[in-house]
Amino acid sequence: MVSPVAGHSPPPFFRRGPAPLVRLVVLVSAALTLIVVDHRLNYLELLRQGLSVVTTPLQVAAGMPVKGVRSAGEYFADLARLQTENEDLRREQVALGTIRLRQEQLDMENTRLRALLDMRERVQVNAQVAEVIYAVRDPFSRRVVVDKGLTQGIEPGSPVVDDIGVIGQVTRVYPLNAEVTLISDKDQALPVQIARTGVRAVMFGAGSGTLELRYLATDVDLREGDRIVTSGLDGVFAPGLPVARVKSVDRDGSGGFVRILCVPLAGVESHSTVLIMAPGKPVLPADDAAATAGSARAEKAVKP
Amino acid sequence: MNQPSFSSRRILRPVRPWFIWLSLMFALLLNLMPLGRTPMLPDWVALVLCFWCVREPLRAGMGAGFVFGLLMDIGYGSLMGQHALAYVLLAYTAGTFSRRILWFGPLQQSLHVLPMLVGTQLVMLCVRLSTDAEFPGLGFFAGSVIATLLWYPISFVLLLPQYRPEDKDENRPI
Repeated sequence: MVSPVAGHSPPPFFRRGPAPLVRLVVLVSAALTLIVVDHRLNYLELLRQGLSVVTTPLQVAAGMPVKGVRSAGEYFADLARLQTENEDLRREQVALGTIRLRQEQLDMENTRLRALLDMRERVQVNAQVAEVIYAVRDPFSRRVVVDKGLTQGIEPGSPVVDDIGVIGQVTRVYPLNAEVTLISDKDQALPVQIARTGVRAVMFGAGSGTLELRYLATDVDLREGDRIVTSGLDGVFAPGLPVARVKSVDRDGSGGFVRILCVPLAGVESHSTVLIMAPGKPVLPADDAAATAGSARAEKAVKP
Repeated sequence: MNQPSFSSRRILRPVRPWFIWLSLMFALLLNLMPLGRTPMLPDWVALVLCFWCVREPLRAGMGAGFVFGLLMDIGYGSLMGQHALAYVLLAYTAGTFSRRILWFGPLQQSLHVLPMLVGTQLVMLCVRLSTDAEFPGLGFFAGSVIATLLWYPISFVLLLPQYRPEDKDENRPI
């Protein structure tokens, strides 16, 4: 052991910075802090946005060969398929046209009746069409990325639907694209009601693409094949959007709740063109307690 | 040890630091390819990071693991710090066992690499399951097995720039 001269230890032969164990402890604690802060406090969106400046060009570059292969495949898609698809679309357009004509009339009638009843106008929902670019590679969650973002005015929390029903909700917005958490994700909750009976419930993802209705008592009136629609209680999703169909009802569960598995109606896991709706503003009780009380009374009157 | 393997008589040129970073960037690019929820895809960044930590423990280490872990977290949109934690632990283990691993041939080396890569995935699994994520199924670990099979080709490719042309110089001392 060399004794230190005048309080100084001899300089090391090779400067290698702190010892590996010290470095390990520092970096592991930094990573654990990030995990806790991101999961519990959600403070890291700014850091995410900042560092996405590095990853976004890489993602665009990485997406190019995949996109090229896909568009080449589309180019060689056979003519017959396109013709039948065209035919189907034309037929559908005619059908939708008649519905639209009727809807215009109904809209006018509705406004008149609402004015008569002195109720608030429903907010016009404006929506944007977006294309699902890819599914997020993270195997622990179910999310997709769409090609519209902050620059197109997408807001976090916006509901995302396709032509059949609800797909998910925008959870993170980047400048040029946005991340949509699908309703089959385990963390995604959706306030719904059973279309046949009007019973309200909360729907969660159950893994492997199915959905689960939780917290319903075992004597709930529910059958296989029942349609589940959004209840609109959250104020974000418009009421009445189709969500799922009941696949199995298991009343023998030991937990005191019935286990209800559902399959989504919309093509949640098959990615295509989607519609991003502007999020409705949740009505807070403090805003207009009178209006809420009034609607609650009205609901009670309607309910048998 | 600057030979391709312990028994080789060829001597490698020193590695260029920019090549380490470039190869890690390229691995990140491969990882960010939008291939969707396909299991069995190897984690290229973990593989390349493990390679450099075994090969050059003084040049690539936990710092690189942390930085590329953060970039992966953002690219994947996963929990912040999830990949960073796993890669830091991977870099530490690989750096610690570097002297030992380099004394083996390529096949035995990949047998050392497999538990390290699976351990990396286990760390991520623990982090995500403790934050209420969904269990992705056992196919999740197939990526590590495939990455292990890629160990030999990847070490050949990444060492290519360090091979010097084989010209016999009779006057050279070594």
